[in-house]
Amino acid sequence: MKRFPLSFQLKAEDFLPASDAEKQELVVMRESVGFWKDSLRRLVRNKVAMVSLVVIVIIMFFSFIVPSFYPYSYEQQQKGAENMRPMTYSQEEQARIDAGEKVFPHFLGTDKLGRDYAVRIMVGSRISLTVGLIAAAIILFIGALYGSIAAFFGGWVDIIMMRIVDIIYTIPDVLLIVLISFAIRRPLEQLSEQPAFHWIHTVGPNLVSIFIVFALLYWVGMARIVRSQVLVLRESEYVTAARALGAGNGRIVRKHLLTNCIGTLIVTTTLQIPSSIFTESYLSFLGLGVAAPLPSLGSLASSAINGMNTYPYLLVAPAVLISLIILSFNLFGDGLRDAFDPKMKK
Amino acid sequence: MTKYIIKRLVMAVLTVFIVATLTFFLMNAVPGGPYEAEKSISPQAKAALEAKFGLDQPLFTQYLTYMKNILHGDFGPSLKQRGREVIDIILTKFPVSAKVGGLSVLVSLIVGIPVGCIAALNRGKASDSTIIVIATIGIAVPSFVVCSLSMYLFGVKLGWLPTVGLMSWKNYIMPVFALSFYPTAYIVRLMRSSMLDALGQDYMRTARAKGVSEAVSLFKHALRNAILPVVTYVGPMMAYTLTGSFIVEKVFTIPGLGGEFVSSITNRDYMMIMGTTIFLATLMVFINFVVDIVYKIIDPRINLK
Repeated sequence: MKRFPLSFQLKAEDFLPASDAEKQELVVMRESVGFWKDSLRRLVRNKVAMVSLVVIVIIMFFSFIVPSFYPYSYEQQQKGAENMRPMTYSQEEQARIDAGEKVFPHFLGTDKLGRDYAVRIMVGSRISLTVGLIAAAIILFIGALYGSIAAFFGGWVDIIMMRIVDIIYTIPDVLLIVLISFAIRRPLEQLSEQPAFHWIHTVGPNLVSIFIVFALLYWVGMARIVRSQVLVLRESEYVTAARALGAGNGRIVRKHLLTNCIGTLIVTTTLQIPSSIFTESYLSFLGLGVAAPLPSLGSLASSAINGMNTYPYLLVAPAVLISLIILSFNLFGDGLRDAFDPKMKK
Repeated sequence: MTKYIIKRLVMAVLTVFIVATLTFFLMNAVPGGPYEAEKSISPQAKAALEAKFGLDQPLFTQYLTYMKNILHGDFGPSLKQRGREVIDIILTKFPVSAKVGGLSVLVSLIVGIPVGCIAALNRGKASDSTIIVIATIGIAVPSFVVCSLSMYLFGVKLGWLPTVGLMSWKNYIMPVFALSFYPTAYIVRLMRSSMLDALGQDYMRTARAKGVSEAVSLFKHALRNAILPVVTYVGPMMAYTLTGSFIVEKVFTIPGLGGEFVSSITNRDYMMIMGTTIFLATLMVFINFVVDIVYKIIDPRINLK
């Protein structure tokens, strides 16, 4: 049938089912890349972040796993082996070596009580890492809860809750941290005597008091970030669109609010870890942190200062390690931020 | 503007009040008192001392009396350093800390701002990457590490600088270096990123297009805009140098207020703890208040409501 070229008359063959060859042409060439995959790909490509991640994993391995099968323990004092230089042996150990026995070397020597310094450093960084990780978790929990409640209810609840945050924010934190950690130590020690609170004793009252201090003061930054995120997201068009399409509250929170918040949450939490480690070492250095015989990198550095004339390595080792830990967490956090920030997409 | 200032002032006073109240009840919550450790004191003498300083009164009465005295500017006597008023101790110790702290703030601004600008202007070149690497390491190293390592290197190993006290100008070099280390690194990073931001703005292109010289466009247009984030950092930086002095004063045995605060806590000198806390908190809150107001004045884009 002949047709006028400009006719609107429909062609019947346009409505036939597509052949397999045609379908094949329309298949998307590349697999669709989701949020996680995309971020992960950008993270893996970031060399600095990957190197810091490897450093963090190595440090974690040495602080959490190695001490458990290390031949020396952090509190074991060896008579006659006081103040030894790195890789040297005491007379007794030398005698054993001469007798053909194998003696594990003191890689970093021993301290003035004859304790192997390498294992003390490892346990010290275990304390620092534990403080950093748990404090970040506490801050994430309280801050996210507080911030989202404030943003969710809005109005007067929001105003009052945010005023409280403002006031805590302006309180000079280190001043109060020093005071609080000192004030709650003894009550905690007494509490740990009671049967139900023996766990405080195993963790150590000082560590618990440091956690309480972080929980009381440091969640405010997180709360502010979460609140502003939720406020922005709640008003965004895709949430309105999802609602218009009939999505329920649960689906909106799970699929839209959480997935869009989670990048910020992960980044803020990661960057919180080094700052908590920083504060813990600061407190321990002033003698207000972890108590003896438990070592922390701050207290190790603090007690090494008096003898640094003769035993500089006792000071240099914890000082370098704590800087390395904070540096790698900072760099990894920066890498995460770049990976999760959609504006960085190239 | 006035409304904003009044609002901020009320917040500041409220913050100091909360800090004071919190400190008062916190330190009294610790079991034992200022005279527990002194074994030589007889029960009668202890009771007399406690009566003299009003420590036998109910806690809340003590609190009310203290607050009333504070409002009259009376910080009370020190419980441990007999015969000395808290305010006297603060006024003799604070200038020492203020000198070291003030110098550190100056040094970090004078070094940090130009270095940050240089890095931004040489973006991608070797000098830029060197500066970034140093600054990134700088914000990761805790102050006690800088203190103790510089003391070991320059004081002990090389013997260039004295390690104890504040006798001559040489004594200031290491404490000021240690205290300004972190803020300098932070300002360099801040300045670099805000300068890069400013350099890419449209007004810079406009300035160049209308034939403004490179120097004028840099100083008048880019720098003035880029320096704003640094101004907001001045408040936290002051707080950092004040509290950072706890460590620096401990390591270099400087007779300042920071060391006094830490030792008053371990000594349970209630009056001294309260006095120094209120003094330092007021100082920090006041500095933050001033910085906020200044920031709003120099940046006309910010809405004052």
